[in-house]
Amino acid sequence: MRHIISLLMENEAGALSRVAGLFSARAYNIESLTVAPTEDATLSRMTLVTVGSDDVIEQITKQLNKLIEVVKVVDLSNGDHIERELMLVKVRAVGADREEIKRLADIFRGSIIDVTSKSYTIELTGTSSKLDAFIDAIERSAILETVRTGASGIGRGDRILKV
Amino acid sequence: MNAELNGAEITVRCLQEEGVQCIFGYPGGAVLFLYDELFKQDKVRHILVRHEQAAVHAADGYARSSNQVGVALVTSGPGVTNAVTGIATAYLDSIPMVVISGQVPTAAIGLDAFQEVDTVGITRPCVKHNFLVKDIAELAVTIKKAFYIASTGRPGPVLVDIPKDVTQQKARFVYPDSIHMRSYNPVVKGHSRQIKKAAQLISKAKRPVVYTGGGIILSDASSQLTELVHLLNFPCTNTLMGLGGYPATDKQFIGMLGMHGTYEANMAMQYCDVLVAIGARFDDRVIGNPKHFYNENRKIIHIDIDPSSISKRVKVDVPIVGSVPEVLRELIDFLKSDKEKIAHEALGEWWKQIDLWRERDCLKYDRDSAIIKPQMVVEQLYNVTKGNAFITSDVGQHQMWAAQFYKFDKPRRWINSGGLGTMGFGMPAAMGVQLANPKAKVACITGEASIQMCIQELSTCKQYKLPLKIINLNNRYMGMVRQWQEFFHGNRYAESYMDALPDFTKLAESYGHVGMQIEKPGDIEGALKEAFKLKDRLVFMDFITDQTENVFPMVPGGKGLSEMILV
Repeated sequence: MRHIISLLMENEAGALSRVAGLFSARAYNIESLTVAPTEDATLSRMTLVTVGSDDVIEQITKQLNKLIEVVKVVDLSNGDHIERELMLVKVRAVGADREEIKRLADIFRGSIIDVTSKSYTIELTGTSSKLDAFIDAIERSAILETVRTGASGIGRGDRILKV
Repeated sequence: MNAELNGAEITVRCLQEEGVQCIFGYPGGAVLFLYDELFKQDKVRHILVRHEQAAVHAADGYARSSNQVGVALVTSGPGVTNAVTGIATAYLDSIPMVVISGQVPTAAIGLDAFQEVDTVGITRPCVKHNFLVKDIAELAVTIKKAFYIASTGRPGPVLVDIPKDVTQQKARFVYPDSIHMRSYNPVVKGHSRQIKKAAQLISKAKRPVVYTGGGIILSDASSQLTELVHLLNFPCTNTLMGLGGYPATDKQFIGMLGMHGTYEANMAMQYCDVLVAIGARFDDRVIGNPKHFYNENRKIIHIDIDPSSISKRVKVDVPIVGSVPEVLRELIDFLKSDKEKIAHEALGEWWKQIDLWRERDCLKYDRDSAIIKPQMVVEQLYNVTKGNAFITSDVGQHQMWAAQFYKFDKPRRWINSGGLGTMGFGMPAAMGVQLANPKAKVACITGEASIQMCIQELSTCKQYKLPLKIINLNNRYMGMVRQWQEFFHGNRYAESYMDALPDFTKLAESYGHVGMQIEKPGDIEGALKEAFKLKDRLVFMDFITDQTENVFPMVPGGKGLSEMILV
């Protein structure tokens, strides 16, 4: 099962490598990982997407909690939550393709943030599967470059992760 | 109090504030200022080892035998890499320890400076936590945190890496009285409802077993455990790490369990209906194959301070996270208030079954052998020391015979590398034990292969007049490797023969110690008595033992607990 885990940790040098090291040392899967400071600069918030059986996920959350710098851990998949990922795609855009790609970007509610005579760079936000769908909708040979942030997540309504 | 001190002075003052009496270390470029400050004072005694691995093992033995935080001090680069084996040993056995390492000056970090390694990176997977102190203002509070983290919750080693320039910079010294960390709050009290649930299961048990590990020793819960087991009249088994947690000479003790555990302990584990696991972690050497161990009719209660130890290898029915002595206290009080419920009559049948298993006499060996049997040496050692010695061991067959045949009635008397299985641990650990317990009898049960992994420490023992008794069970083989090769690799003894051995007697003598070689079973007792009479001398006793002796019972790797090879 795919799980999305959010955690708050002390914003200290090396904290990220403790988490990454934990996953490699214990042979846990890691699909994506994003991290940045929160509104409280002493804390970082990390979102991890991982895949594993219930037993493995239980161990992952316990082992994360055991890291000295980790303040709180939540498995967002245990309840209602929202996920978003940001992608920037640079595509070849010449001739008739320019109009077609613009239209496609509109359909996906993406915005073109950089234009040259030969290319567009499109910014797209959504769930990871929406971003996948956009990639699938463009002819593969037209894609010059993609960059994705990995998923971030937040609980719905009263589900709040805060110290 | 508020005068400006340099980083080295601050570090030493912190150690003094923590009440550290003894540290183990080896100097080098990055720690010269620290050594300078150690030199100028006499509250903290420094023990100079001959290799950094031994410094950490000695700090470890010191900690295990005294329940104080062990402290080691090493220099940057090779000082740290040499220490890593010791740190990992302490980590796997959850030993409270603080390791202070020197680092190249902050301006040189990352430039491949002389004797630079990424210490925090190298040690990260084998410490409870580690720190790099880049700012002198953070030094004292970091050391305070290190001691706090090392000694609370599930204990473990904590490393503090101090760049050389930080030991020179000055700051006001204020040592915090206490520490609060929002990200680290170990649970102490167990959940009362879970404890009630456990009590209900316990009172209905017909075939119960209490299975305890190193957590009993680490948390000083032996008296609570003994009270509980006596109250319930349950059988009790200890893991390798838990020996001494319950008195081994007590009639309710059914021996060690696991790969080389007793027949009765392993059978009772396999066929019990309620298993009370306390401060233990169901590891592969203890329960063998978890699929084979699984029994749908067995209910498991698991008390542990570390939530991640619960349901890691074996699913449990009643988890209780908390400090073991506190949870046991609450459990005992609850059971006492509700005493009539305990199913004492049913236990009679269970004890009959256990006694039948006991009759299998799984630890028997040839007592009439003309060649020294290693088991006999351990038995005689037990008799000669009246069970009162501190025993350290290295790793291999001798370790298992020590665990099987020396009956530990008290905690902290049996000191071995159970988790990591570090050959070379025994003698340096014994040095730490002797320094923490200057008047005690300390023996290191070892083999001719293990002892050579830290043999240089005979020199340290000489310098500090540590009167250890080295019990070398010399079978001219890496015995446990040889045993596996005999059982599972068609008697092909690949590289397990210890060729070109030194004359251990002369070797000991060249370091200024007493050496003895014992070849006849009839001489064992007399030699041991003679050795222990030499109260202020290290005696290296080289016992020439049977090369073909194997450790029984044995649960082969990947097999179930009841699938033992028996003698």
